[in-house]
Amino acid sequence: MQADVSPAAELDRDLDAPLDLSSIAPALAMSLYARMRLIREFEQRVNKLFLQGKIPGTIHLSHGQEACAVGASAAIRTTDWATFTHRGHGQALAKGISARALMAELFARETGCCRGMGGSLHVGDMKVCGLPAISIVGASIPIAAGLAYAARAEEGDRIALCFTGDGALTEGDSHEGYNLAALWHLPVVYVCENNLYSISTRVERQAAVPSVATRMEAYGIPVETVDGNDVTAVYAAATRAVAAARAGDGPRFVECLTYRQGGHKRDDPATYRPRVEVEMWLARDPVVRMRRALDAAGLTADADAADASAVVAIDDAAAFADASPLASGVIE
Amino acid sequence: MTTIIEALRQGLTEAMVADPRVFVMGEDIRIGGSFHLTLGLLDQFGPERIRDTPVAEAGFVGLAIGAAIGGLRPVVDFQYGDFLLLAADQVMQQATKLRFMSGGQLHVPLVLHAPTGASGRGAQHANSIENFFYGIPGLIVGVPSTPYDAKGMMTAAIHAETPVLICSHKHLYGSKGRRLEAGPGATGEVPTEPYEIPVGKAVVRRSGRDVTIVSALLMVHRSLQAAVVLADEGIEAEVIDLRWLSPLDTETVVESVRRTGRLLVVEEGPPRNGWGGAIAAAAADQALGALDAPIRRLTGPDTPIPFAPHLEAAVVPTPERIAAEVRRLMGAD
Repeated sequence: MQADVSPAAELDRDLDAPLDLSSIAPALAMSLYARMRLIREFEQRVNKLFLQGKIPGTIHLSHGQEACAVGASAAIRTTDWATFTHRGHGQALAKGISARALMAELFARETGCCRGMGGSLHVGDMKVCGLPAISIVGASIPIAAGLAYAARAEEGDRIALCFTGDGALTEGDSHEGYNLAALWHLPVVYVCENNLYSISTRVERQAAVPSVATRMEAYGIPVETVDGNDVTAVYAAATRAVAAARAGDGPRFVECLTYRQGGHKRDDPATYRPRVEVEMWLARDPVVRMRRALDAAGLTADADAADASAVVAIDDAAAFADASPLASGVIE
Repeated sequence: MTTIIEALRQGLTEAMVADPRVFVMGEDIRIGGSFHLTLGLLDQFGPERIRDTPVAEAGFVGLAIGAAIGGLRPVVDFQYGDFLLLAADQVMQQATKLRFMSGGQLHVPLVLHAPTGASGRGAQHANSIENFFYGIPGLIVGVPSTPYDAKGMMTAAIHAETPVLICSHKHLYGSKGRRLEAGPGATGEVPTEPYEIPVGKAVVRRSGRDVTIVSALLMVHRSLQAAVVLADEGIEAEVIDLRWLSPLDTETVVESVRRTGRLLVVEEGPPRNGWGGAIAAAAADQALGALDAPIRRLTGPDTPIPFAPHLEAAVVPTPERIAAEVRRLMGAD
C-alpha cells in the first residue's frame, strides 16, 4: 500500500502544538523570529509595490515559507555558499543580503545587489556568497555540487547550501546533480522547500513515488524530513546536516514540509488548491507560531520590537530603492 | 610532426602544470577520452585532476560551473559534441549568464572541449555542434584547424575568465587508429613553450586576388585543396580560416572581400543555423559596393548526416564542390 505522504497527514497532530524553544538560546530564537518577520514584511510590501507599478517584470513571493529559509540559513556561515530559487527573496534575506540592496534589485536600480541586472528572479550577492538565484528549476543542484567541489579543494571546511522546491526533483539536472554529489561525497546540503505544488501540480501528480525522502535515499543521500513551518525544527535539522557535510561525511538533504500562502506568482490566484487545505496551512503560519512561542516564553516586548523594526527596515528599503538611479547596464 | 589532438593535449598539460586549479572532467578520460585528449595524463596528474564522470552531461557541466565560480579552472572533455545538447541549459543559460545576471560579481572560467563534424558515425554523432552554440552571448567558440592553433587556442581558453567552447573536428585529430584528413596543415610543428592564439582573430591561410573563401575546421583544408586546383586554372582564391566563431572576425573577411570582390562561405553544417549567414550579412552590410557577384554559401545539407561513407561524402562539401562553386562565382562555369 502506498503510504500517505501528504504533509497534512504527517503534521495534523502538530497543528496547534507550541514550538519548542528549549533547545535554543533566547537570543537565537529572537533573531530567527526577527528575520522571518523581516521577510514577511518584505514580501507583503513587494506585493503592494508591484501593484503600484514600482517593480517591473514578475515576482514569486515566499510568504508562508519563511521558516525554511531562515532556519536553514541560520545553520550556515556567511562564507558558506548558497544558491537560491526563483522564489528566492526570503532565502536571500536569510543569507544576509540587505533589504535595501534586495529591494533596489527588484526595482532595477544600480544600487541593487546585482546592480539591477538580475531582478526578482536572480537575486544574489557574492559578498555573502549567495549566487544570483538560478531560476531554471533543477539547474542549481549540480552547480551547488560544484561549489562544494571547489570548497573541498580549499583549506578550511566551507560547504554549499542549495535551496530548491519540490518541483526541481523531477528535473533531469537534479538527478545528475544528486548522484554526483553523493558519488563524490561533496560537502553540500540540499534544502527542499516542499510546498506541495509545482505551480498547480500537487506532489502526488509529480511522481509515482511522491515521498521525497524515499527518492533521496535511492541516491544514498541521508534525508531528514521536518515541519517546514517550525523554524526551530528546520534550524535543528539543518544544523545536523551542515555539521555532517562540514565533517566530510558527504551530502545531506533536508525536506521542509511547507506551503505557499499565495499563488505561484503575482497573477496566480491558486484556485486549484482546496480551500480547506489552504485554511489549514494558513493556521500553521510559521511567523505566527514562532510569535506564540516567544509570547509563551515571556519575550513579548522583544517580539513587538522586532515587528516594529521590520516595518522600519522595509520602509527604508523601499525609499532607498525608489530614490536610487536606474541600472546602468554596464558590467565591468 | 604533431597532430591536432596532441597539440590540444600539450596546451592542456602545460596549463595543468602551471596552475593547480586546472582539472579535467569527462567520460572515460582516465583512459584518454574518446579522442585521446587526456591520453597519458592520468599518470602525470592523478585521478583527482583527471576526473572520470558518470554519463551525466548536464550534471558534470553544472558541477564544473559551480567549481569555476568557486575558484577552480575546470576543463570538460565531451566524448562527442552532440552530447552538449544534454547540457544545453547549463551551457547556454547558466555558464554564460550567471556573470551577467549577477551584475559582474562573478566569473565562470570554464572550458568545454567537444569533437564535432561528420565522420562516418551516423546522424546522432555528426552534428556541426558549433552551429548551435556560436550565437550564444557570453560564450567564446573556438574552431581550430591546425595543431599550432589548437595548442594556442586551448591555452587561451584556459586563461580566459569566461566560458569557452573549443570544437575540434574528428577528421582532423589524427588520434591513433583514426583517419586523418590529408592536406597541408593537419599536422605540423608546434612550439614547446606556451603561447596563445588571440581570441576572435581570423587568419588568412592563402592569399589571392580573385575570390574570398571563408571557412572553418575541416572545410579550411578542403578549401585550400580547392584553391590549389583553381590556381592551375588561373583563379587565385584567398582562404580565410575564422579560427573563432564567437567573437566573429568579420573585419578580416570584409577587408578581403573589398579586395577580391567575391565571397564564398563554406560550412559543413546545415544552412539555416550556420555562421555563414552572419558572414554573408557582414559582407553585404560593409562591402556591398565592392562585390562583383552575389555572395554564395556552400553548406551541408538540410538533413541529418547519413552514416554510409558514400552518402556522407555526397552531402558534406568536398574540394571538388568548393572549386565548382568558385568557378560559378567567377562566371567561368
